[in-house]
Amino acid sequence: MTALPLSATDLAMSAILVLVNAVASLALGLQIHRSLLVAALRMVAQLLLVGLALRWILSNQSPWLTALAVLLMIAAAAREVASRSRKPLAGSAGLRISTVVVGTASMLTVALALATALRPDPWYDPRYAIPLMGIVLGSVLNSASIALDAFLTGASSSAAVIEARLALGAGRGQALRAPLMAAIRSGMLPVINQMSAAGIITLPGIMTGQVLAGMDALAAAKYQILLMFILAGASGLAAFGAATLAMLRLTDGRQRLRLDRLRR
Amino acid sequence: MTNVPAHCLLSFMDHISSPPPLSHASHAPHAWEQEPIAGSPPRLRAQAIGSAVVAPTDITLQAGQCLVVDGPSGAGKTRLLRLLADLDEGQGEAWLDGQARSAMPAPQWRRQVLYQAAEPAWWEATVMAHFPADQHERAVTLAQRLALGEDRLHADLAQLSTGERQRAALVRSLLMQPLVFLLDEPTSALDAANVARVEDLLRDAMSQGMALLLVTHAQEQARRLGNGTLQVVRRSAP
Repeated sequence: MTALPLSATDLAMSAILVLVNAVASLALGLQIHRSLLVAALRMVAQLLLVGLALRWILSNQSPWLTALAVLLMIAAAAREVASRSRKPLAGSAGLRISTVVVGTASMLTVALALATALRPDPWYDPRYAIPLMGIVLGSVLNSASIALDAFLTGASSSAAVIEARLALGAGRGQALRAPLMAAIRSGMLPVINQMSAAGIITLPGIMTGQVLAGMDALAAAKYQILLMFILAGASGLAAFGAATLAMLRLTDGRQRLRLDRLRR
Repeated sequence: MTNVPAHCLLSFMDHISSPPPLSHASHAPHAWEQEPIAGSPPRLRAQAIGSAVVAPTDITLQAGQCLVVDGPSGAGKTRLLRLLADLDEGQGEAWLDGQARSAMPAPQWRRQVLYQAAEPAWWEATVMAHFPADQHERAVTLAQRLALGEDRLHADLAQLSTGERQRAALVRSLLMQPLVFLLDEPTSALDAANVARVEDLLRDAMSQGMALLLVTHAQEQARRLGNGTLQVVRRSAP
């Protein structure tokens, strides 16, 4: 498969669109030209760096280098999940939970995909492992952060109900069932929307990329279907794991509600 | 609630031989246990129950007795009830009919040593939706004793007045048939007739062995129901 190579001039041409937006912002007093330009520059620098790094990793074919890259990606995603809660857990509990959840959900699903559907040789071929990990992490990050945030805010806003149920002898699973279910549902929603909109409302990024890069459209569609299933599985695991671990952290051995374990 | 260390002093009017010491600075658990009835442990016994807010407190309560928890607002009365129900973290040990709290799962303890908050929360649309089907009949009977018609149990909770919700909360708690009832301000929104109905119902439950720990600001009520008073006093600043 061959892609039409892009020259620096091609990129510069498309950058004109961003400049037009910035000028419009200046003219209309929208005050966003600065952040728009900064974001555009960041994007260019980040993607070029990642491209260079990936090129290096791909040419090396070292399992250790691949593993290191994957671990770094997981750590970055976990940090992002922990920092997105509006009512974060106190101390390092949020980071611990998100590391466990992000690591488990992404590695399990990527390992499953590499062991069954894709089967590259060797299995750790970075050409498959790293992009797959990247897209799975994107989805896991979304689901885990939404579920974590939804559970923590839900539990603290319905503290009176939870404590009333505990006082009447309910266990923590029963007393916290409503916020837990709501959080898992919220965490799963993006991937459900993504699946139902795929191909009709949006042409998914991977498929677009592969078609642009010269792959047969049907083959690209099959890849996308596989990916969607993997993403759905990873999202479900991440939402369930994040909400459940947060629930355990927000209660103790005597099944009390421990809102004091939230950051003040 | 303010985070003031509370100083609790117990005056169990009927059973005290010597006045309790006023200082808890260095805590030595003091026992004002009444003469034990041969062979039967008290319904509720608490030893050095305390937390960062509540100074260590001892309680002995026999079946059918009512202890009124008294003291100014912010002294830690609610905290003490929550501690006894094991809803807040703290020190000390409590026994129900001689069975240690630490030896049973918390939900099992809370079903029997039941705490009802001053403003009880609801999570279903109607009062009745909170009860399993096999308890509906008993709920109606209990509610009728509090002049709460069956239609009110099926009405949307938002339609109920504060007083009606307060009485409904009592129905919800008593349906659990607690052995010890930790009751926080149960009649603050009720008129005299309904206060009398609530007290009647509580007295009935006590005659069947329920022990009651009651937080109330109504002195009359304390006199009518209480067998003793547990004075929770705010510790004065040094």
